[in-house]
Amino acid sequence: MAVDASTSAKGDLILKNLTKTYGEFNAVDDLSLVIPKGSFFALLGPSGCGKTTTLRMIAGLEEPTSGTISVGTTDITDMKPYKRPVNTVFQNYALFPHLSIFENIAFGLRRRGVSDADVKAQVDKVLNLVELPQLAERKPNQLSGGQQQRIAVARAIVNRPALLLLDEPLGALDLKLRRQMQIELKWIQTEIGITFVHVTHDQEEAMTMADTIAVMNNGKIEQMGSPEDLYDSPRTSFVANFLGQSNLIPGTITGNDGDNLIIELFGNKVSVPKKRSSAHGTSVLVGIRPEKFRVAAEGKGATGNVLTGGVVSDVSYIGVSTQYQVEMPWGKELIVFEQNDDDEDFLRKSEKVTLSWEPVFSFVLDGSENASSGSH
Amino acid sequence: MAVISRPSGKVFALKDNKSLFPYLLLAPGLLWLFMFFILPIANLAQMSTKTNSGETGQFEQTYRFANFIDSFMDASGQFARSFLYATLATLIALAIAYPLAYAIAFKSGKWKNVLLVLVIAPFFVSFLLRTIAWKQILGEEGPVTAILRTLHIISPQTTLTSSAFAVVTGLAYNFLPFMTLPIYASLERIDPRTLEASGDLYANGFTTFRKVTLPLSMPGVVAGTLLTFIPAAGDYINANILGNPNTKMLGNVIEARFFKIVDYPTAAALSFTLMAAILILVTFYIRKAGTEELV
Repeated sequence: MAVDASTSAKGDLILKNLTKTYGEFNAVDDLSLVIPKGSFFALLGPSGCGKTTTLRMIAGLEEPTSGTISVGTTDITDMKPYKRPVNTVFQNYALFPHLSIFENIAFGLRRRGVSDADVKAQVDKVLNLVELPQLAERKPNQLSGGQQQRIAVARAIVNRPALLLLDEPLGALDLKLRRQMQIELKWIQTEIGITFVHVTHDQEEAMTMADTIAVMNNGKIEQMGSPEDLYDSPRTSFVANFLGQSNLIPGTITGNDGDNLIIELFGNKVSVPKKRSSAHGTSVLVGIRPEKFRVAAEGKGATGNVLTGGVVSDVSYIGVSTQYQVEMPWGKELIVFEQNDDDEDFLRKSEKVTLSWEPVFSFVLDGSENASSGSH
Repeated sequence: MAVISRPSGKVFALKDNKSLFPYLLLAPGLLWLFMFFILPIANLAQMSTKTNSGETGQFEQTYRFANFIDSFMDASGQFARSFLYATLATLIALAIAYPLAYAIAFKSGKWKNVLLVLVIAPFFVSFLLRTIAWKQILGEEGPVTAILRTLHIISPQTTLTSSAFAVVTGLAYNFLPFMTLPIYASLERIDPRTLEASGDLYANGFTTFRKVTLPLSMPGVVAGTLLTFIPAAGDYINANILGNPNTKMLGNVIEARFFKIVDYPTAAALSFTLMAAILILVTFYIRKAGTEELV
């Protein structure tokens, strides 16, 4: 076996000042990032944000305009794709239609000169791992989408790469199968301990599987962190809106009280923990997730932060919760999800309500942020 | 109290019409096939066992199957030559068409459609004219002879026209589009991501070609070689225009027997022998090429 990076390079994936320009357009803009060995990392963003270009540069299918890519101490920036310690699970799988499932999986091993006996042993092992040993002699077009997806994963991981790249791997599956595969992929990753870099535009998929998510927009990373981090303490309005939904209300910081900032929102004084703030000045956006709101008929007891004077403008019952749209005195509508966990009557359309929430369940963005950026 | 009326005859008639409908749609095609394929073939089969009744152009049915053997023995040289020339022409056409189709499918960018039109463009000129043009290209004053003579590849006395070389060149040229287009079509259908996947799985460019691109383009190669070999084996125009008396192909023999000697029975017998030989060869070839995806 040739001594090249495909067998020797191990360690963290390090992207340094990675840039890809097409003419005037910066697809990936000065991206620097360390992906720790063994982690499940998701690059999340809308289409055209540069996430797939980043992935293709790591795989060697696109050439960076500038910057470097290394695995551990090995610089792989100028390495041909077939020499990299990287394997890819392609969108739509890209299985070889003329080869059997067995030969599809054996393809990488055979190219590296693994002996026939070892090929057989290793292919059988991954076929068992993806629970499809009975399909070895079939052709790809005889498999369902979900089966093809698992074979695509098997074909990549059988090579024990330092890094497995997944390019929207579940995009072609229906919702139910996608949920199941999310759990399965996560299990496989834990089982074999290879670093997974997963590109997706589906925030739920990223949150379900990844340890660390980098949210990308316009070729840059907006924010990186654990799913909880990103959801509870987004630092930009893009992240706040792209990961779930957020109500962003403009306000002004008027003072502070120990660990909390006091913020005035259209005449209502509210407090938010300082550590949840990424504001630079006094002009801010206060963010509250729809499910953190409590909604009650006007006059009933409300604790914590309180916004008064709302009028219910729309009610929709969706089983686990009821969604309300509440029009506030300043003309904006807020979204509220109320769990259907008590026998209280539903609030009716045009009823007057008070919204409240616990200070710890909100965050503060800088006032210069565009409140609708990243909305679905 | 017959409240429920029985289905009238009309309903049944309508139903019958419906089941006849596909056959009605097929009728023009079937009629055409019958008129222009079945009838002539039957006619030819009948003719192949007749013998001359004494007068020119008059034949009577004597069920003389020896016609097949006699004519084959007479023309066995041309038979072998036909298959040799057709094989050579097919190989040359393949060697030219594959890289051409590959370049058009993968490397041509925005020029793709222009190049495809150029591949088809020769069809706008008659087959005969194009073949005659090769007389000029390969002729004494032509560029090919001049270049080969300057490079001392051929002696100053050697001419290229009226030779086996010219016949094979003409065949390869005339059937090149039939080779190029099916190969192009099968290359075009390859998902570029499978090629990327091959590179991702440690195959370099050449291995990717050998293990992925070539096998996936085999249906096109098989179709192209058949579309070239079959008509080339029966062709007589190239040998007529670009050859000499020693490069006659079976097509020339059949043509001569039909139109010059007016010996229809042996001409018909030879046609059948050629057809059978091609069928057998093609069957073997498809078995060998083993392309389930061919049809």
